Amino acid sequence: MTVINLNRQTAAEAELLSAYAAALSDLPGDGAVMAVRDRLSHALKTDGLPTRRIESWHYTDLKNLLKAMPKDQAGKVEVVDPLIAKTQVLPLANGSADRAALALGFSATPFADKLLSGEAAALLADRGGDDTIGRINGSFVKDGYVLDIPAGAEIEDAIELQAVQAGGASHMRHSAQFGAGAKAVVIERHLAVTSAQALVSAVSSLTLEQGAEVTWIIVQQQGLADTHFGQINVVLKGDAKLKLFVINAGGKLVRQEIHVVTAGAGADLTLRGVNLLGGESHTDVTMTLGHDVPDTTSTEIIRSVVFDRAKGVFQGQIRVAPDAQKTDARMACNTLLMSDDAEFSVKPELEIFADDVQCAHGATVADIDRNHLYYLMARGIPARKARALLVNAFVAEIVEELEDEALVEALEAVISNWLEKHG
Amino acid sequence: MLEIRDLHARIADTETEIIRGLNLTVKAGEVAAIMGPNGSGKSTLSYILSGREDYEVTSGDILYNGESNLELDAAERAAKGVFLAFQYPVEIPGVATMQFLKVAMNEQRKARGEAELTTPEFMRRVKEAAAHLKIDTDMLKRPLNVGFSGGEKKRAEILQMALLQPNLCILDETDSGLDIDALKIVADGVNALRSPDRAVIVITHYQRLLDYIVPDTVHVLYKGQVIKTGDKSLALDLEANGYADIIGAAA
Ligand SMILES: Nc1ncnc2c1ncn2[C@@H]1O[C@H](COP(=O)(O)OP(=O)(O)OP(=O)(O)O)[C@@H](O)[C@H]1O
Ligand SMILES: [Mg+2]
Repeated sequence: MTVINLNRQTAAEAELLSAYAAALSDLPGDGAVMAVRDRLSHALKTDGLPTRRIESWHYTDLKNLLKAMPKDQAGKVEVVDPLIAKTQVLPLANGSADRAALALGFSATPFADKLLSGEAAALLADRGGDDTIGRINGSFVKDGYVLDIPAGAEIEDAIELQAVQAGGASHMRHSAQFGAGAKAVVIERHLAVTSAQALVSAVSSLTLEQGAEVTWIIVQQQGLADTHFGQINVVLKGDAKLKLFVINAGGKLVRQEIHVVTAGAGADLTLRGVNLLGGESHTDVTMTLGHDVPDTTSTEIIRSVVFDRAKGVFQGQIRVAPDAQKTDARMACNTLLMSDDAEFSVKPELEIFADDVQCAHGATVADIDRNHLYYLMARGIPARKARALLVNAFVAEIVEELEDEALVEALEAVISNWLEKHG
Repeated sequence: MLEIRDLHARIADTETEIIRGLNLTVKAGEVAAIMGPNGSGKSTLSYILSGREDYEVTSGDILYNGESNLELDAAERAAKGVFLAFQYPVEIPGVATMQFLKVAMNEQRKARGEAELTTPEFMRRVKEAAAHLKIDTDMLKRPLNVGFSGGEKKRAEILQMALLQPNLCILDETDSGLDIDALKIVADGVNALRSPDRAVIVITHYQRLLDYIVPDTVHVLYKGQVIKTGDKSLALDLEANGYADIIGAAA
């Protein structure tokens, strides 16, 4: 009798585990941290990478999609200009924080310190059996920033966490604490400066204390061959407001997870996502949002433009806890398919256990409005340019909500640059 | 300038023939009025002239400045000077009006091998043209046509025409939705463009507009054909007597 091992190890899985064995002696961490790393990598080994059979990975069959780990070591990198002018840059060169980086009005220390001291051990735990990103990141994480924004502080200049990658693998983790009433804008930026293949995992954990108001912007511009695993975990205390903006404009295999819980009345999440997808790429944005207490609100809008043979995924799960009355949650996912081979899968999931709530979701898939295209062309704008204008309009509407002019301009530039290359 | 020869055209999707053997010649310097009952094919003709893809020319030809332009797409025709002021201009959310104007002007210039306009020069032209048409420039800060009133949309079309300086202007019921003052302003705008090397086609149901934009020729379109051509007195005749006699005579 032939026994078929359904969980046969793939090349990428084998490479991942041998990379762990090889990296072990260089990874920072005290005994407790190293024990967590071992546990996580062991879980990776026994469970393997997720397939379609794991519900939360149904549309992203990682076992098949992740073909290999990057072959080369990372090359040299330098700090680049920040996205907007008035910015405090906290660089991450190939995943390493800069110990000399200055922070004005708050404290920023390397995550490596927390690994070495063992304080990070509790932070590294995975979210559950399907938390492959947490496991990979927890096994390999080398550095990142710990941001501590004091209560009441209004940080005037934006804070840019600038991860620049030149091929190779990097695993970073940020932990950000926003004190009561604090205000800040943080840009988590991921850039590739070479075309060498890279694999990056980035996990950020945010706590917004009472009344904190934070704008957190993830700008993912990895290279065309890169794999990007992002995860952001957020706790919103009473009256805390988070504007979370995610723009995917790069990478070949991308999964960005967003996990938010509300933990106090008046908490509000505004999630806006823009996916610019082209080539043969696969991009998955997966959100879980727990409205865990009464009187909390959220809106989620994801706009995607899909060219070529690219595939996109949005999974949005909203749970409303049994006593979370007066929850108001509205989710929308709108997609423009720009080619016959382009694909986008949407999975909204509302789990509502309270009765006095407003919860809605809507999804649309369309191609460019022919009447709009004709109107622009009738004024002498060539088809290609007219299409780019309309695609831009479709996603720019979302960006404009940010209000800050410099930010809007910078993100619109990210979008129009991408479109110029891919449209 | 424009010569339409035995044109037959249909809606591509449904293969419904709308234009059925249409002949029309418009000379440079001429203002031609096209009138005709609802559904006779006036807007369809204007779409076909502008290069809209939803229509298929099955036979006949359109010669523009002596050359067939059937193979050109809408943008190419526009760059060659064809302009259609729409009966129903569409609203395009997310596209800023000013950005649209600038891109349109510069793309046409590029296609003709001219240098792009500098931003100050562009702004100067827009301000000047808007002032002539009594258009509040605040309106131009909004997305293209979004939330414009019916009359504002029509004025915005004429503003575009003034900025793009086309050679063949086609106005599809530009008078509908305009108040009396606006009608006069828009007509002045069109008259300002009249020149020996331009032609204007005015599609309208009413004599009122033709009092201001006095046509050289008047053509009656019915069931996809021009069934009668005359001078400006034909429009007055139609205003007084309606289409019945002409349709009867053509049948
Ligand atoms: N998509 C379509 N499918 C079928 N018939 C159509 C379609 N679009 C237009 N038509 C028909 O084509 C004919 C001509 O329409 P068109 O809009 O050109 O008329 P018009 O002369 O401009 O009328 P009006 O004076 O009311 O503006 C009409 O009978 C109309 O119903
Ligand atoms: Mg019409």
